[in-house]
Amino acid sequence: MQVPAPFESDRATSVEHAIGLLDRLGEEARLVAGGHSLLPMMKLRLANLEYLIDINDLHGELGYVRVGADEVRIGAMTRHRELLESPELAALFPIFADAEAVIADPVVRNRGTIGGSLCQADPSEDLSAVCTTLNATCVIRGAGGERTVTMEQFHRGPYETAVEHAEILTEIRIPVRPNGSSAYAKVERRAGDWAVTSAGAAVWMDGAVIADARVGLAAVGPNTTGIPAISEALRGQEPSEELYERAGGIAAEACSPTTDNRGSADYKRHLADELTRRTLRRSVERIRAGEAGDSATDRSR
Amino acid sequence: MTTLDSRPDREDLEHVDNDQHPVGHGRMLRKEDPRFIRGMGNYVDDIQLKGMLHLAILRSPVAHANILSIDTSAAQAHPKVKAVVTGADLAEKGLAWMPTLSNDVQAVLATDRVRFQGQEVAFVVAEDRYSARDALELIDVEYDLLPPVIDVRTALAPDAPVIRTDLEGKQDNHCFDWETGDAAATDAVFAKADVVVSEDIVYPRVHPAPMETCGCVADYERVSGKLTLWTTSQAPHAHRTVYALVSGLPEHKIRVISPDIGGGFGNKVPIYPGYVCAIVASLVVGKPVKWVEDRTENLVSTGFARDYVMRGEIAATRDGKILAIRTNVIADHGAFNGTAAPLKYPAGFFGVFTGSYDLEAAYCKMTAVYTNKAPGGVAYACSFRITEAVYLVERIVDCLAYELEMDPVELRRRNLIRPEQFPYTTKTGWVYDSGEYERALDHALEIAGYDDLRREQEEKRSRGELMGIGVSFFTEAVGAGPRKDMDILGLGMADGSELRVHPTGKAVLRVSCMNQGQGHETTFAQIVAEELGIPPDDIQVVNGDTDQTPFGLGTYGSRSTPVSGAAAALVARKVRDKAQIIASGMLEVSVADLEWEKGSFRVKGDPGRSVTIQDIAMRAHGAGDLPEGVEGALEAQICYNPSNLTYPFGAYVCVVDVDPGTAQVKVRRFVAVDDCGTRINPMIIEGQVHGGLTDGVGMALMEMIAFDEEGNCIAGSLMDYLIPTALEVPHWETGHTVTPSPHHPIGAKGVGESATVGSPPAVVNAVVDALKPFGIRHADMPLTPSRVWDAMQGRPTPPI
Repeated sequence: MQVPAPFESDRATSVEHAIGLLDRLGEEARLVAGGHSLLPMMKLRLANLEYLIDINDLHGELGYVRVGADEVRIGAMTRHRELLESPELAALFPIFADAEAVIADPVVRNRGTIGGSLCQADPSEDLSAVCTTLNATCVIRGAGGERTVTMEQFHRGPYETAVEHAEILTEIRIPVRPNGSSAYAKVERRAGDWAVTSAGAAVWMDGAVIADARVGLAAVGPNTTGIPAISEALRGQEPSEELYERAGGIAAEACSPTTDNRGSADYKRHLADELTRRTLRRSVERIRAGEAGDSATDRSR
Repeated sequence: MTTLDSRPDREDLEHVDNDQHPVGHGRMLRKEDPRFIRGMGNYVDDIQLKGMLHLAILRSPVAHANILSIDTSAAQAHPKVKAVVTGADLAEKGLAWMPTLSNDVQAVLATDRVRFQGQEVAFVVAEDRYSARDALELIDVEYDLLPPVIDVRTALAPDAPVIRTDLEGKQDNHCFDWETGDAAATDAVFAKADVVVSEDIVYPRVHPAPMETCGCVADYERVSGKLTLWTTSQAPHAHRTVYALVSGLPEHKIRVISPDIGGGFGNKVPIYPGYVCAIVASLVVGKPVKWVEDRTENLVSTGFARDYVMRGEIAATRDGKILAIRTNVIADHGAFNGTAAPLKYPAGFFGVFTGSYDLEAAYCKMTAVYTNKAPGGVAYACSFRITEAVYLVERIVDCLAYELEMDPVELRRRNLIRPEQFPYTTKTGWVYDSGEYERALDHALEIAGYDDLRREQEEKRSRGELMGIGVSFFTEAVGAGPRKDMDILGLGMADGSELRVHPTGKAVLRVSCMNQGQGHETTFAQIVAEELGIPPDDIQVVNGDTDQTPFGLGTYGSRSTPVSGAAAALVARKVRDKAQIIASGMLEVSVADLEWEKGSFRVKGDPGRSVTIQDIAMRAHGAGDLPEGVEGALEAQICYNPSNLTYPFGAYVCVVDVDPGTAQVKVRRFVAVDDCGTRINPMIIEGQVHGGLTDGVGMALMEMIAFDEEGNCIAGSLMDYLIPTALEVPHWETGHTVTPSPHHPIGAKGVGESATVGSPPAVVNAVVDALKPFGIRHADMPLTPSRVWDAMQGRPTPPI
């Protein structure tokens, strides 16, 4: 059995309480939500902390999916399983269910949270790619109040985010635009593994042509921009295999994978291309099938 | 993914019903399962003793280095630490080194040098396991790095750093040479052959990865001088003898207990430094000491398996008659030769690489080397290296089929050993006991619908879809073994068994083999039940305690049913013979006038007069007279020395789909027809087969203990060392034929490892078959998506 070094812990009863504890306990304190990244790191003694502040009691305050007029707000403590099973997200952003179905396993999904996933900022993490694809913004709260950052600003590098000490990610906001849909695809060596490479795509149509499109990749280097070159290449175009191929080519060029246990850099670059094509194709198919994206009808439910 | 909906109805499951109470062989639920299912098992880590202390081991962070200094003062000062021990401390007691199962030596704690990452350097004994771990971080070791030897192919290069400087006069990293077969005869056959195919085939290092890691509780009582060791051992008796020889403690004052074991797969055959450390700690501090390794320790330091770099060559006629097989192997044995195999077989039973085919000649040359990697080379569900042998032959036969443009099934069929040729002596000297190979092959093809599958494949190929069909046919050699040939450290591989029938007709069977999940408590009760005619539920099976069981060599290499199972049957017959004499007295007829009707003796021609085993048991213990010369009680013991190994076999068919875009492999179907002779409990056999097939899919597609250039093990967690889940495997389709072993008392053969041996080549053959449109003849395991894609790009590179 792997056992962590000694530490103390406390349970936060509100966001303010958590911020206060972080402020008081200093740099050696960390928040723990689902704990599926932090606790193994502590057991392996890769992370040695003096204090853990358990924020699971904040699920009531920060666990929600709220559909507003032009955006969806997701509380940072919303569990993977709640994202997977949310009818609102299934209707507006099927990319969530696509991704959640291949994130870890049911035990992890019952406990892990979207906020924890984003704050861990693992380069192979799926929800960062999903939020990038959907052009999400993140709400960060500290003693001095709230601020909102884009995914690009949020994600500063591997395992590094814009959340400063004594701050907490409270909410993820996703803009809702008409006639859109999305999809996610992941290649993993085994069920529950981190991605070798994954790709998310979101497409918004205007009649027969693409009004806008974004692609988010995971496990192939820093990528939280949505790859603007793909958006530019697709805007105003009619969907076609040639168009997807062009987008895939851009994705392969835009990423910077490295060779590791999960696969060679060449293979990951190939997957960036292949999965970009697949998710764009799937997104368009979903729009055409009326499966999702017509936000007016969806919100009426 | 296999979903519940897609699973066909299992009619045969209806027969798994204990209400039917099979008195003997047949399907019944496992007697041991209720306690496991309810979480009531008793594993080593469940052992709690009064005053018990906890041991943790400091391990080398580097693969090769001299130890310049070790400062333990800060750890010693930890308030909860009772002892800190280094290699130097052990050396003072003459305990710094211990023998391996292959007559090499291994450091218990490194003295002057570390030779693999994860090697034991020091240990701490503390009041709790948290403090023990904390104190490890307080030990300061200064290392002077040495260049590591990682690539097995260059380990013997003249400029390679010498690893085993502890061995006097050692100038290189050579471990041993071994050969089998006839080199000259094989060369001659190759010279005249129409077709010769060669292929470099790597079987990467893999790990048994049992769910329960290794560990022990050592309790030395100073007053009685008795050492009790609860330990994760597949071979408690063998371990006890080794401890006696190493420690100097008298053997009768050592009691080795293996409680419930959470999977072994060969990983729990060797004696690890951790066990010795715990024993030493208990001797030093005079209290019970528990050591249980964590997952990383298990993966990086305990017995691995495989790690053979092979060159296979096959010679044949143009019309597909296989003439000879020749192979050259470089075997990576890590820093110490810890292979668990009978002493005369340093390469295990790799000599069966001639497979299931009738050849004119065969030859193998093997060179084993030391590297800066963990020691071992265990029988990981491989029957002593038969996994490597079968993989080699089944892969090279497929390579030949590729070159001959012949259906791989047809090629195999033309070369299988025919039923009338048994017993069949192979060109490497193995005597296969019995087989009807073509019958098993036909049965597997029939279940699979082979011809339809080939038609489907053709259609799919025309649409650019990648579907592959892989076939393997294997012969296993299990049940080590005849004591004249086979011993481990001088201990012959015969098994004792003891059966005692209580006055009420209930019984206790004591066996020397060790259950690790194979279902022995059920199977062995059924063996006795079949012979004595009393219900399996009336028979308790005791194993895993050297004070309570007769001597024997334990459970690995699928030897339990072939050896201990035979012992159980024979000891039951011995009891039955005695019962017959007692019955003759009870019925007042001569022994010859009695006939056996499962569970009772009756007078021939007068079936109304009979006595049951239960009646006889009561009489054997009662006050009434017994026939002259018959002692009271109804019990017996024997030691069974097998005359030969048993040779189970099977035919496997695997169907895969490969995603042309992502190169992901999905195992769509898997058909396994096994012939293990007489089937004692078909449900348990199927369970064993299911587990082995899953294992095989894991090795073929994802498992590998990999190292970087510095010798860092990069598979030190189950996130890095992948083992398959239910989502990676299909619904298993099993079938069987029955060809009894002629020399086993009940005709049974071992089956525990058949599926692990037979399945990897079936999966790899299927993937390679799927990639045929890319001109691929061979690609090495593990066939991860990335490696399959590399193969599709024309770069099927070896994994090491």
